[in-house]
Amino acid sequence: MSILKDAISAQLGGEVQFIEGYQHPARTVYCSVPREKFVDAAKAMKKAYALLVAEWAADETPLGRGYAIFACYRWGHEYLIVKTEAPAGAPEFPSLAKQFLPAWRFERQIQSLMGVTPLDHPDTRPWIKFEDWPADAWPLRKSFDSSKPLPRVEGEYQWIKAEGEGVYEIPVGPVHAGIIEPGHFRFQAIGEDVLNLEERLGYVHKGIEKRFESLSWEEGARLAARVSGDTTVAHGLGYCMALESMAGCDVPERAHWLRALFLERERIANHLGDIGAICNDAAFAFMLYQMMRLKEMLLRTNHQLFGHRFIMDRVIPGGVAADIDPAGREAVLSELDMLSGDFERLVVIYDENPSLEDRVRNTGILTPEKAREICAVGIVARASGLNLDCRIFNPFPPYDQYDRLELGVPVMITGDVHARTWVRIQEVRESVRILRWILEHLPSGEIAAPCGTPAPDKAGFAAVEGWRGEIIYWLQSGPAGEVNRCMVRDPSSVNWIGLEQAIHGNIVPDFPLCNKSFNQSYSGHDL
Amino acid sequence: MIRILRQIFRTGIVTEPLPEGAAAEVETVGLKLEEAVRERFRRSITIRQVDAGSCNGCELEIHAINNPIYNCEKYGIHFTASPRFADLLLVTGPVTRNMEIALRRTYVSTPPPKLVVAVGDCACNGGIFGETYASLGGIDKVLPVDARIPGCPPTPLQLMEGLTRLLGRPERRKSR
Ligand code: SF4
Repeated sequence: MSILKDAISAQLGGEVQFIEGYQHPARTVYCSVPREKFVDAAKAMKKAYALLVAEWAADETPLGRGYAIFACYRWGHEYLIVKTEAPAGAPEFPSLAKQFLPAWRFERQIQSLMGVTPLDHPDTRPWIKFEDWPADAWPLRKSFDSSKPLPRVEGEYQWIKAEGEGVYEIPVGPVHAGIIEPGHFRFQAIGEDVLNLEERLGYVHKGIEKRFESLSWEEGARLAARVSGDTTVAHGLGYCMALESMAGCDVPERAHWLRALFLERERIANHLGDIGAICNDAAFAFMLYQMMRLKEMLLRTNHQLFGHRFIMDRVIPGGVAADIDPAGREAVLSELDMLSGDFERLVVIYDENPSLEDRVRNTGILTPEKAREICAVGIVARASGLNLDCRIFNPFPPYDQYDRLELGVPVMITGDVHARTWVRIQEVRESVRILRWILEHLPSGEIAAPCGTPAPDKAGFAAVEGWRGEIIYWLQSGPAGEVNRCMVRDPSSVNWIGLEQAIHGNIVPDFPLCNKSFNQSYSGHDL
Repeated sequence: MIRILRQIFRTGIVTEPLPEGAAAEVETVGLKLEEAVRERFRRSITIRQVDAGSCNGCELEIHAINNPIYNCEKYGIHFTASPRFADLLLVTGPVTRNMEIALRRTYVSTPPPKLVVAVGDCACNGGIFGETYASLGGIDKVLPVDARIPGCPPTPLQLMEGLTRLLGRPERRKSR
């Protein structure tokens, strides 16, 4: 029984074909529709209240086919992937941008990097591909030689313009003040009020998706761990889970639990950093230093116990590469005691500080309606009333033990800077609790199983709740069982749009604060 | 307010009394740094960090040397928002094709004498991203590099050590 399956069959009848045995894990519904029905499928999903998770294309010419375009939808715990095909001679497909807002950028990206055109798309400007790339450079196509440098050509990006008396423009970036990643923002403002914000990203495009295709499955895990360094555990995990589903690898129970342990430690460390940085941008530096101190404590324990401060490369195909012994368990428990004591004292200070409250409340509001419209995920979604969390809806052990773990997912509806901060605060508390619980009940056994390679022409899928939110990996094997395509969707791919929406009506000086409360990844977006 | 003060007192100065053996190391590295900074740059060096395409892991550790535990400011190391005030560019990531021009511009905006330090495996040789249509490889593909601090990412201690070693090498301080 699947809500989404029923919804799409009701709309398309015999025109939708459900395919068994191709897509792994089997609970991910996989179907194909004719090209002219691609939009109807999206309408059916919209009617069923599903959200668009990702849209991407694959060059299937090595498999004797043309281009395939995929749209993945989510409703509750269900994921459904709709596939449609475009022959190599007519690389086009109908655009979903009118049905789902995030399709807007996904499709610009498909057009830019795969050279498959979304018909009727309202915005034909390239995305990630800069104006100085040759127009016919489509790196994700199989015919593209990615080892050669691209020549530069002349061109100019067409910014959205606003005109009128008193309207002026502020361009910011790509190199920003401070130690952060590069990206370009352009504001149109009247006085201090922001009329419009347009983001332009792609500066740190490293060709990651293409790079996967030249690596072995095993090396791919290391690359995934470097898609966004601050989320190294969750990205590594997403990749490994997708691969394991295709390769039919049975991950030992203890390995699952240790993965959860790493994931929660990554969540706490990043949330601490963010809470501090948000307060700092609201001119409360005290909190930054306190939080940085706690974060450092966590990273040191990681280093000492698992050999890496961010636990990078410790999630491997088949399991994990670092274990915890009784002494390590004690070290973590006493660290957590210290951490939560200090953390709770700091939360009281945050909560009682009127000048802070003045800055963070009612600033940068992303309304629940907008959050739905942009199909937001993670913290951003939960601060704007959407109850989404892969740990609940798409769990692996120990998250699947609902009754024993009783995982709480904080949801707020105000959608302002404060809500995004408060969701993080609650999640830190919850993660500390989960860590203690994991350490108490950690099953014994192996920490890794051998992970083979997938059979030719199969696909794997995984959704993992990283600290920013849901991370999606979709892998496809080629004719010799090698990597044909690896699609990565970081939460930032959709949540960046949320920042554009949240800034309307705010004053320019509040932008850094709003931006910090979203804290999206540039690297994870640009790939 | 009283809670803030209480927390400040409770915390104390965390820069020196570190819990582990790392304390001694930070201190020696830090002192060496201070000496070098005093000698070469008259007590302070100003750094402009540039992300030329990193995965952001290296940025986290560069942030960390600013935290109260490593407290690089104490040793005369400051980070600035503008390349025009900088003595040193701390560059991370493989240089992406899309960042190459911005990186060159930042370099040109930095007044001589200037140093360029490549931070992280990617900045040293392109790392796992290699040389492709989108990644040009290490920083030396684009700028003259004075020093390299490898690691993925280098730890805060390795960063501080790397900077000391560089500043302790006078022959590297040719003006450009
Ligand atoms: S060296 Fe490692 S941490 Fe630094 S940018 Fe490269 S992959 Fe990221």
